[in-house]
Amino acid sequence: MNLVVDIAWTHIAARFRQTVVAVLGVAIGVGFSIMMAALMQGSQDDFVRTLVNAMPHVAINDERREAPRQPAEEAFDAAQIRGLTPATRRRGINNPIATIAALESWVPGSVTPSVQARGILRYGGKDVTSVIVGIDPVREPRVSQLVHHLRQGSLPALYRATNAIILGDRLAEKLGARLGSNISMSAGTGKVMTGQVVGIFRSGVRAVDEGTSYVLIKTAQILAEQTGLINEIRIRLNDPMSARAVADRIIADTGLKTISWQEANEDLMSAFVVRNVIMYTVVGAILLVASFGTYNIISTITFEKSRDIAILKSLGLTQSTVRRIFILEGLVIGLAGALAGSVLGFALTQVMLSIEIRTGFTDATRLPLIVAPLHYAIAGGIALASSAIAGFFPARKAARVHPVEIIRGAT
Amino acid sequence: MSVPLIETRKATRILPGTVPVTLVADIDLLIHEKQFVAITGPSGSGKSSLLYLLGLLDVPTTGEVLVRGRDTSTLVDDERAEIRLATLGFIFQFHFLLPEFTTTQNVMLPMRALGKLTPRQMKERAEGLLSSLGLEDHLAKRPDQLSGGQRQRVAVARALANDPPVILADEPTGSLDSKSSEQVFQILRDLVDRDGRSVVAVTHAIDLAERMDRRVHLVDGRIVSDAMQATARMALPS
Repeated sequence: MNLVVDIAWTHIAARFRQTVVAVLGVAIGVGFSIMMAALMQGSQDDFVRTLVNAMPHVAINDERREAPRQPAEEAFDAAQIRGLTPATRRRGINNPIATIAALESWVPGSVTPSVQARGILRYGGKDVTSVIVGIDPVREPRVSQLVHHLRQGSLPALYRATNAIILGDRLAEKLGARLGSNISMSAGTGKVMTGQVVGIFRSGVRAVDEGTSYVLIKTAQILAEQTGLINEIRIRLNDPMSARAVADRIIADTGLKTISWQEANEDLMSAFVVRNVIMYTVVGAILLVASFGTYNIISTITFEKSRDIAILKSLGLTQSTVRRIFILEGLVIGLAGALAGSVLGFALTQVMLSIEIRTGFTDATRLPLIVAPLHYAIAGGIALASSAIAGFFPARKAARVHPVEIIRGAT
Repeated sequence: MSVPLIETRKATRILPGTVPVTLVADIDLLIHEKQFVAITGPSGSGKSSLLYLLGLLDVPTTGEVLVRGRDTSTLVDDERAEIRLATLGFIFQFHFLLPEFTTTQNVMLPMRALGKLTPRQMKERAEGLLSSLGLEDHLAKRPDQLSGGQRQRVAVARALANDPPVILADEPTGSLDSKSSEQVFQILRDLVDRDGRSVVAVTHAIDLAERMDRRVHLVDGRIVSDAMQATARMALPS
């Protein structure tokens, strides 16, 4: 065995109990860091998954990012023009069928048209504002999880009743409507229609569940009093993370306002960044505290072994060799702690995964945890680095020991 | 004339502080091959300090220490350590063996640090050295399982591990009873007479010093006498 390894191992083995305590300190730090990272990452992923499932990955609508320039502005570039009435523009996406066909030719995912209208739903004297979305029940399952979110009824049921409508469960609750209830829908145009509730869904996103309802595209077009109107194209991508790039290309190609799910939830995404910074700071702090245990034992060893260090140096061991001995001792503690901590972290994660949470308001669920090798690598890496640093300072001190001072003191 | 193994030129060591303390001053000393040199003097006269300077454990404040003609005053710590490892062997008053290691492992330490032999060769050499010093039955024992004299013999074996031409001993018999002292002295004597090494030993024991080839006497950090002792050789048993 290498001399450095041999001496380091001898020191550690001779202080078995203290070493075990230091290793446990690191292990607990690593274990809880892994569990915490699994919980944080898991909850974030679960939240994003819910969010991504509840909305299209990319939504194209008939608005434009910038107000179109008025003809007078085009004609008189340098002049300031006041008091003009903007030219009326027909709502909806121009030539939606061609646009959808063009998108389907390159977008890696599914594309479906829909009509969005704001309206008021009325039932039993209660009025509730809702986004009324006109959908194609055949294409809809390709772009949204609506079919999976349905608690009552089915998507094809939209065909079976006149002006059939599917409500979010909270929306239905607000209205007091049930499956089969006939409710009144009115749009901003003043058009009022009566429809039958044929389905109730629950997406898990409160804003959607209490403010969204689905009808056939045709029904929505009648409400908006515009035949052939398509004012939104929704896209579900094979890879949700590519939504930004796809949205950018659509904007470049069509000029239509196109929003990726990330952009729509920009504030949440930045909150996640902050959350991750906090998480890794806490993880770092836990491991830093654990590294004090390592520092403590290495310091103790260097103090107790100062005479041996002096002798080794008097025999001819160089400073760097002495330094390596104690850094290695720190690394051994760090490595053992990282390995034990990984096992502990995995066990803790499994225990957390087995916990079932039941409340009166939600279905029974389990904590969303993720077992990711990256978490193990990060926690283990930080533990190793902090242990090496914890070993470095006593090692430097040991390497600087002046043999004569120690030998004189010992004789 | 051959190059001396160790040479000091006006070597002075002053401990800095509010009141600087002069440990040794203006030491001119030549240590040649096959010499058994005693450094004597009253307590606090600078015997050990001189030995540490000769052994490159300490650096002179002024003056020079040359090992085989090479000036060591400009070398960094690690370069001096390398010279120590290959050229000098140390024996201290207390054995200073590593308590967790066996006698064989302790003797192997300098060889492992030097790294010139294979592990098998190191083990064989360590066991050979220990056996030559009468410790063949204690190869696997730890220092706390040995008597004081045995430990000191292990320390001698360790000092010889890398086959250095010079052995520096600081009160090598200081902590031993008279029987063990005599044993260790005879071992040191053999190192000079049989192996052709040089031994420089700091000692309080006048009777031992008188049996060495040369006696350097210090008082207040200065050499007051440096004489060959022809009688010492004559008195040796044949």
